[in-house]
Amino acid sequence: MAIQSQGFGQSTHAEKRSWFRRNRDLSKFVLAKLGGGVLTLLFVVIFNFFLFRMMPGDPVGLYNRGRNQDPVQLAKLRAALNRPIWDQFVTYMRNPFAETIDSTRFSRPVWGLIGDRLWPTVLLVGTAIVLASIIGVWIGIRAGWTPGGRFDRISTGFTLILYSMPEFWLGLVLLIVFAVGAFGIPGLFPTGGMISPGLSGGSLRGVLDTGWHLALPCLTLTLVYLAEYSLIMRASVVDELGQDYLTTARAKGLLDSDVRRRHAVPNALLPTMTLIFMNLGFVVGGAITVETVYSWPGLGLLSYDAIKGPDIPLLQAAFLLFSFAVIIANVTADLLYAYLDPRVRP
Amino acid sequence: MSLLEIQDLQVTYRGTQGDVPAVRGVDLVVEAGQTLGIAGESGCGKSTLATAVLRLLPRSATVTGQIRLEDQDILAMTWGQVRAVRWAKAAIVFQGAMHGLNPVRRVGEQIGEPIRIHENVESREVSSRVNGLLEQVGLPAARARAYPHQLSGGQRQRVMIAMALACRPQLIIADEPTTALDVMVQAQVLKVLKDLINETGVGLIFISHDLSVLAETCDRVAVMYAGRMVETGPSQTIFTDPLHPYSAALAGAFPRIGDPAFRYAPAGLPGDPPFPGDLPSGCTFHPRCARAIDVCQTSDVELVPLGLGRMAACLRVSEGVL
Repeated sequence: MAIQSQGFGQSTHAEKRSWFRRNRDLSKFVLAKLGGGVLTLLFVVIFNFFLFRMMPGDPVGLYNRGRNQDPVQLAKLRAALNRPIWDQFVTYMRNPFAETIDSTRFSRPVWGLIGDRLWPTVLLVGTAIVLASIIGVWIGIRAGWTPGGRFDRISTGFTLILYSMPEFWLGLVLLIVFAVGAFGIPGLFPTGGMISPGLSGGSLRGVLDTGWHLALPCLTLTLVYLAEYSLIMRASVVDELGQDYLTTARAKGLLDSDVRRRHAVPNALLPTMTLIFMNLGFVVGGAITVETVYSWPGLGLLSYDAIKGPDIPLLQAAFLLFSFAVIIANVTADLLYAYLDPRVRP
Repeated sequence: MSLLEIQDLQVTYRGTQGDVPAVRGVDLVVEAGQTLGIAGESGCGKSTLATAVLRLLPRSATVTGQIRLEDQDILAMTWGQVRAVRWAKAAIVFQGAMHGLNPVRRVGEQIGEPIRIHENVESREVSSRVNGLLEQVGLPAARARAYPHQLSGGQRQRVMIAMALACRPQLIIADEPTTALDVMVQAQVLKVLKDLINETGVGLIFISHDLSVLAETCDRVAVMYAGRMVETGPSQTIFTDPLHPYSAALAGAFPRIGDPAFRYAPAGLPGDPPFPGDLPSGCTFHPRCARAIDVCQTSDVELVPLGLGRMAACLRVSEGVL
């Protein structure tokens, strides 16, 4: 690699690197991303301890509100809370996910409570995100490929309206129209809950019944997410339209649909993928307002109840879980982005 | 039968502020194995002319006239026929140094893509042909696995050239292939291009604003101004002895080393090229022309043969006043 390699036969670093070195760079990159994620998690764990110690209110009083607790238990609790803060911190840091803390509202260990509510939320928000990303990306590609066309004008109009609607309001409207019944439409769907009383989730009837309960809250969330995804996807496709490599692809004799599928979409998908994966983190957070409107027994409704309390141990656990989910989703998005876009790859 | 014959080509873009004629009646002929250079400032319609040949213009452009490639009328074809001609008969070398390549696909994949579309060949043969093409432009075959961002500007431009050769076309249109490159790399890319023309005997249309590059590469050169040809002729004579005042200004814009008179001669051209939607009357060049007379403002000019294969569109040249 001296004077003779001026131009012709010139090779950049990537080629000279051996397989091992390339993989070393890759593992370095992955480790750096994971390490960043772990550091953020650690920060969140620490912050989560102090945040709830700074909140006003008497935790012991919250336990005792409205019901008579065992005085021995309360004395123990008070003694624990009167320990020096650093002492408490060390105990907390030994195991931030300790099973022993009870919710002040439900009088049950918080992590057990959260575990029960996790599955309904994953079912609701997960289904909505999958549906919304497929439909939203499809709409965005079609609209963005011929901006100003009829499909674009109609779909952008609709998605803008959906995007600007508060999700709980849309939920209430759908609830009134399709569950309560209005404008001559009979109430087709249940007004709340996840399963009719007396049915078990294991039976076929139970599964169908859950789907029936799922329809409206899932529709609400899908419409809201879909609007965002399709608008972003449309904008990214429009950005790619004028790119020279698309003219190259057309000049090669590709069909218009192949130019779109093979060249425009893989490039336009990058920002939308990031958004979808970052939203995945909010799956466990649930849609607090939509779950509340439909009384869906998920983590969103649980957090809503915890905030109303306030149920500090439960809130603390929920915050920890939500932060973990968001951070893990972000790290996944980073790694996925590098997989999809060679320019980001090490 | 010529390889490419263009007759009275007119391209008009419909805009919100009225129509913009980008190409206003251009005739040109390229014989097989011949190289034609097209020179002119930005906005004179030279890229529009090039993209019109494969009907790659946006929908807002109206194209009239005739484009015959190997005696087939391109403008009368269905889209299916146009797609079959694209790249297989005529390929374009875009300015690949910038954004002509798809950033998320390997270059080998992009070079092989037209082969896969136009020819029914096995994927093993496609990759061996891709490797051969890369070697033809002086790149190691292993570069097929690289992404565009891992290559330098000159390498990317060579990939563009390899891509243009993929389906062994008869005509290659090179649209400013060396513009974004530094002079050393530009010379290398030009050499690659020239060698390939000599080896394969394809016809070439070379578009550039740099008359010195064209003089070096092409048999004939056409100078465009405001959507029309103002001078055509053998490339060396246009560079050394231009007839039209605009060609003279273009040729004068490049310094000649070792010519002391040149250092003090007024070089360059005052003013900007006219906006195609609002062209001056008469000869469109008259507002910037040092030799314009009154009649230039009113009377339209056409290309007039002046012997030795040269033509110029200037009243004063054809009157022999100059």
